[in-house]
Amino acid sequence: MGAYLARRLMTNVLVFFLITIAIFWLVHKTPGDPIAMRIPPDQLNSGTAEYIAQRRHELGLDRPIVVQYWFWLVNAVQGDLGYSLLNGRPVTELLAERIGPTVELMLVGLLISLLIAFPLGILAARRRNSAWDYGTAVVSLGSVSIPVFFVALIGIYLFSLKLQLLPASGISDPTNPGLLDTLSHLVLPAVILGFANSGTYLRYVRSSMITELNADYVRTAEAKGASPRRVVVRHALRNSLIPVLTVIATNMGQLLGGAVVIEQVFAWPGMGQLAVSSVFQQDYSVIVGFALLVAILVLLSNLLADVLYTLVDPRVRLR
Amino acid sequence: MTDLPADLPGELEARADASAGRSTPWRTGLRRFRRHTVAVVSVGYLLLVVAAAVFAPTLSGYDPNAVDLEHVREAPSAAHWLGTDPTGRDVFSRLLHAARVSLGVGLAAAGLAVVFGTLLGGLAGLLGRWVDSVVMRLADVFLSFPTVVVTVVVAGILGPSVPTMIIAIGLFQWPVCGRIVRGVTLSLREQEYLLAARAAGAGSFWLMTRHIVPAALPPISVAATLAVAQAIGLESTLSFLGLGVQPPTPSWGNMLTDAQSLTVIAGQPWLWLAPGIAVALTVLAVNFIGDGLRDAVDPRQS
Repeated sequence: MGAYLARRLMTNVLVFFLITIAIFWLVHKTPGDPIAMRIPPDQLNSGTAEYIAQRRHELGLDRPIVVQYWFWLVNAVQGDLGYSLLNGRPVTELLAERIGPTVELMLVGLLISLLIAFPLGILAARRRNSAWDYGTAVVSLGSVSIPVFFVALIGIYLFSLKLQLLPASGISDPTNPGLLDTLSHLVLPAVILGFANSGTYLRYVRSSMITELNADYVRTAEAKGASPRRVVVRHALRNSLIPVLTVIATNMGQLLGGAVVIEQVFAWPGMGQLAVSSVFQQDYSVIVGFALLVAILVLLSNLLADVLYTLVDPRVRLR
Repeated sequence: MTDLPADLPGELEARADASAGRSTPWRTGLRRFRRHTVAVVSVGYLLLVVAAAVFAPTLSGYDPNAVDLEHVREAPSAAHWLGTDPTGRDVFSRLLHAARVSLGVGLAAAGLAVVFGTLLGGLAGLLGRWVDSVVMRLADVFLSFPTVVVTVVVAGILGPSVPTMIIAIGLFQWPVCGRIVRGVTLSLREQEYLLAARAAGAGSFWLMTRHIVPAALPPISVAATLAVAQAIGLESTLSFLGLGVQPPTPSWGNMLTDAQSLTVIAGQPWLWLAPGIAVALTVLAVNFIGDGLRDAVDPRQS
């Protein structure tokens, strides 16, 4: 088990290095000179060629590209991601204040998607090929097919504008703070993110439950006289959790992708909104910081999936 | 968001006639597909969309980019079936022309994903050993990164453009097809006719193009269909965010970009409902077709 996890850890570290190389290469290809961009326009006309050359030298931009990459990587690993080209604030600081709302949205969204996926998935598995089964199949197909931004617009139209029940944007109302305000801002984005991701989990819960319900130990439990409820909850569900847990961990990236879109529609002040607005302001340093953060998040989730897999399933531990 | 639920009405019937003898695989497949009512309806709908896209200029009656400042933000009427947008452009005409762009981008991106997937999956299965483990590890990694976020990053650094988006979608959607082709290749590798071909001196390229790809074509067609659905959805999302197809060229996604203000959502639903429904129905239809194809190709695989 230790060797298996160590190998996975090594792979992930290697992949992270490959990603940093890809990002650095992309940034290097951009036409804009990051130094020239940091000099105020009025100074650019007054003989600053020497100044630019000097700054380039100080920042190591006249060195070979491999050395530049190394400087950049060492700084990035130490948490120095440079400064926003737009407002000069450290990128780490900008990202740090945005990560909370994104994680909040993702976790509540994940919870909601599981609350949709488990009951429906179990129902579909127990009544295979019934109307319930086809009904849930349509729900899950709709969840993966209908673009999340369109669901979000419909949600805003119905619940914010027509029924006037929920706020359409932002994370809180400063004039009226409190738990109720926080929740009312969270409901719509989180439910929509939850619905959009539920289809994937639903499918795995269903197929995993079908496998387990057909296993010998389930027949034994039934023969012993265990109630159908007990068979499902205590026996089959437990074992079917193994593949589902793995999927939840590996699906973190997709969850984040959905959150990025939802943040944009609901003006949710998270990393995704920061990243998308940075794209339009060509704030490269923020985008690079965002990219590294996402890479770490996704790779850690993959690693978590491996750890969960070994912890929950004794068969893997023997390897 | 990668795979789709497999079981839908029609599976049972499809299974029942799997034993009906005396027919070519194609004919059996077609018959099974026809039992899948939802998929057949989806094919009809999709043909309609394709026709609308092809004949967009004749059907629409308006230039999709013709600005008419005397008729801005008009509600649907006999003259403008789906109303007009903030610069007086005909929404119906833009919707039809957007179908061209959205379907085109979806097909191109999915095509790229299928080519990458077939190539890498085939190589992994054929060569085995370290090539196999490297390719499959890569597949896991690529699949765990969300295409939307990757495109945000790439568009942020290189600038948003349609080719960037197509390449990003193709690069990050290949593993679905790649895994399928690898699976087929592994099961074919030890077959006698493949060993015979190898013994006769066939190289990897010959084996791939003459033996593996034809045999893997049915599952590839299923994967390709699902990839098209995925790609159309991603195109609309990215264009909606402003990172894909750039205005004034209409795409279903960027037609919804204007709907990001509450006044438009509330007051001019025709601006966002029509393109939104068009994407949703198209992606659903393609997914249903993929489902039907899966049952037609291999009824056991569910």
